[in-house]
Amino acid sequence: MMPMAEADPGSSAPSLADELARLEEIVRKLEAEDVELDAALALFEEGVARLRAARERLAAAELKVQSVIEEAGGEIRLTDLDG
Amino acid sequence: MTLSLSLDTPSPADQVWTVAQLSTAINRLVTGEFPPIWVRGEVIQCKAWSSGHWYFTLRDRKSQVKCCMFRLNASRAGKPPADGTEVFVLAKPGIYEEKGEFQLVVSRMLPTSAVGQKQQELERVKALLQQDGLFDPARKRRVPSYASTVALVTSPDGAALSDVVTVTRKRWPCARILFVAALVQGEGAVQELVRALRLVNRIPELDLCIVGRGGGARGDLAAFNSEAVCRALAEVRVPTISAVGHEIDISLTDLVADLRAPTPSAAAEMAVPDRRDALRLVDDLSVRLASGLTGRTRLAGARLARSSDRLRSMVQAMLTVHRSRADRLGAQLDALSPMRVLGRGYAVARDEQGRVLKRRADFDRTERFRLRLADGEIRARVE
Repeated sequence: MMPMAEADPGSSAPSLADELARLEEIVRKLEAEDVELDAALALFEEGVARLRAARERLAAAELKVQSVIEEAGGEIRLTDLDG
Repeated sequence: MTLSLSLDTPSPADQVWTVAQLSTAINRLVTGEFPPIWVRGEVIQCKAWSSGHWYFTLRDRKSQVKCCMFRLNASRAGKPPADGTEVFVLAKPGIYEEKGEFQLVVSRMLPTSAVGQKQQELERVKALLQQDGLFDPARKRRVPSYASTVALVTSPDGAALSDVVTVTRKRWPCARILFVAALVQGEGAVQELVRALRLVNRIPELDLCIVGRGGGARGDLAAFNSEAVCRALAEVRVPTISAVGHEIDISLTDLVADLRAPTPSAAAEMAVPDRRDALRLVDDLSVRLASGLTGRTRLAGARLARSSDRLRSMVQAMLTVHRSRADRLGAQLDALSPMRVLGRGYAVARDEQGRVLKRRADFDRTERFRLRLADGEIRARVE
């Protein structure tokens, strides 16, 4: 059993959807011709980093299945299930 | 006396069926033709045997049919109905092969009066929810494209949990499923579903919620038509998918949820993308990223080439200007050159220090001097 971490939306890593949306934006900017070469190189570098992050995230292999339990005190706990 | 055999009918020895074969063949035909169907009629002569099975006849004004209801289903139906009770039965038609009798194997039985009440209650709740805008298409939220955490509200016993897990594992294994257990039928189901849906709202970082039940047993859907469950579902703060696993009936949660799925497996397919599609998208983006940069640098190269062309021609133009000026200046220099003057027979006199001796008095100070002629120098002495 483990207690559920309180959510802190500010500190959480960008979601895959955010990552892919930003990538799409980077690619579109690069494909447009009015970007300066310096900016293009910076965009490319950022794009490569985000592509790597997206690939790593997609490669995370094991589906996690957990049971959500409300304890007598009202606290929420998660237990791993053998999916 | 000879037995006359007609020539146009085959001899009995060619193809003879046993009675059992015939019954089996007809049974196969009938059961193959009919899925479970709802039949309305009046029950008579219902006998509940000690084995738990019920045998009765269902009839209307014109016809009647023998029915049997096996122990498990009979126990769910409550007490055996009194003669004359009007009922709906969910049944599969077939042949009782041992007796060669047409019969219905009944899995569910509902008194028509109860159905009437249930229908009225359903209509009442539906009207209320409609009035409060819970079915409003404008309320419908989009399911996120790449859900990473999905809550699943269902029974711990049914097939829904394993169905959703199986499909999600296959399609989108980088996800997390948070299972919230609740009874989905029978006494206490409404309260448990409401409690579970409220619990869902306390889970942080949640993308989506599936609520439903397995598609196997066509059980009681009442909990998914209850006002309390529908309102709790409407208050779930993430997009919702209702998967009640009943292809024929639509439950009210189906109308309240953002999406309706025919089964929990189908709900999982709507909830998460296929990883292969996402990888293809990433591949596509990486190709576009690379060619975007290549295109951009090629463009910069072309611009650079254009700029250097301009620069070169500018320098050349400048050089041309300067060269002609240099030539002019050179010509002037040439004209002013003292060598030219010397060439005409003049000589320049200088003292030992190289000072030019221009006047007669200049020669008083020195005895020796040098004469510079056009083709060389000679030493000289004043006398």
